[in-house]
Amino acid sequence: MSTIESTNAAVLPAGTWQLDPVHSQVGFAVKYMVGTFRGSFSPVAATLSVADGRASLTGEAKAENVKVQEPSLISHLLSPDFFDAERTPDLRFRSTDVRVDGDRIAVDGELEIKGVTKPVTLTGDVGEQITDPYGRERIGITLAGTIDRTEFGINWNNPLPSGKSALANEVTLDAELYLVKE
Amino acid sequence: MKILGVSGSLRADSHNTALLRCAARHLPEGVELEVWDGLRDIPPYDEDDDVDPAPQAVAAFRAALAGADAVLFSTPEYNSSIPGQLKNALDWASRPHATNVLRNLPVAVVGASTGAFGAVWAQAELRKVLAAAGARVVDGEVILGHAHRKLDGDGVLLDDEARAQLVEVISALADAVEARAAVAA
Repeated sequence: MSTIESTNAAVLPAGTWQLDPVHSQVGFAVKYMVGTFRGSFSPVAATLSVADGRASLTGEAKAENVKVQEPSLISHLLSPDFFDAERTPDLRFRSTDVRVDGDRIAVDGELEIKGVTKPVTLTGDVGEQITDPYGRERIGITLAGTIDRTEFGINWNNPLPSGKSALANEVTLDAELYLVKE
Repeated sequence: MKILGVSGSLRADSHNTALLRCAARHLPEGVELEVWDGLRDIPPYDEDDDVDPAPQAVAAFRAALAGADAVLFSTPEYNSSIPGQLKNALDWASRPHATNVLRNLPVAVVGASTGAFGAVWAQAELRKVLAAAGARVVDGEVILGHAHRKLDGDGVLLDDEARAQLVEVISALADAVEARAAVAA
């Protein structure tokens, strides 16, 4: 595996790039009992700014826009047991450093969930810039990382008869970002 | 500030209803507590009946919850859990899920029993059900065992520790209502 160089946004095309919310996907996955429980946020907003060889990435979503397969779970997810959406409606990400090496990208940043901000590192791939059929410049970035939900005050659990917990603390974040140049 | 008191017991001389009457005697200034008495009239939950307009008793319960700033539940314990009629009423209240009247509503749970354990398991179950429906379940509990010796018929709580716990629960509930108002402002 190659070493990721320090800031080298030269390989990211300059400009301001906005998230295409229709095709992008920002999801999470967490081990629950015998499998993996998945959800996503939709819509989300994100902006990639590349200028003078430096890049920054910001993103935000509303807790109330959490999506899961069974809608009846959403009331619980928005309650104080999870996102406490009434008191802390916003989820935010702001990069502090973006590093690119070839088609690999690593983004250090600060993630805010439930009013708690913690550092996180996301890694993934950068695709080739293309022109879409309608003449807009597009670039795709995937990012993934893990967080400990309890560090953000999301502590809900349910004990199994074995004494173990039903829901894991480690949550995988997974983003498929379609970015369109302004 | 209006707190709705919901007793899980239908019995006329219920210790849990008496505990709510006791709570009404220990309210901070500006807080009123109304004990809801419609539990008996709630029909069994049937998705076929879960239409608009809702059955009258259900609509009245939902309106009572929607009109309250907070809810104080007092539950007995039946077979290690909450009474079926209380669960049934909450099943109605939790529908439709996305907009149900319990979402974000500050709620607290206390309980009384004639045995030693003060409905402690039922209280835990009730908190679980309320949280799943999206309510803001505030910390604090009153575990009133041997209730027949500690409550008189007029809702006077003879146990100093339990009375202090009850005052603390009401205070936590009022704090949650004020925090909610601050968010909305």
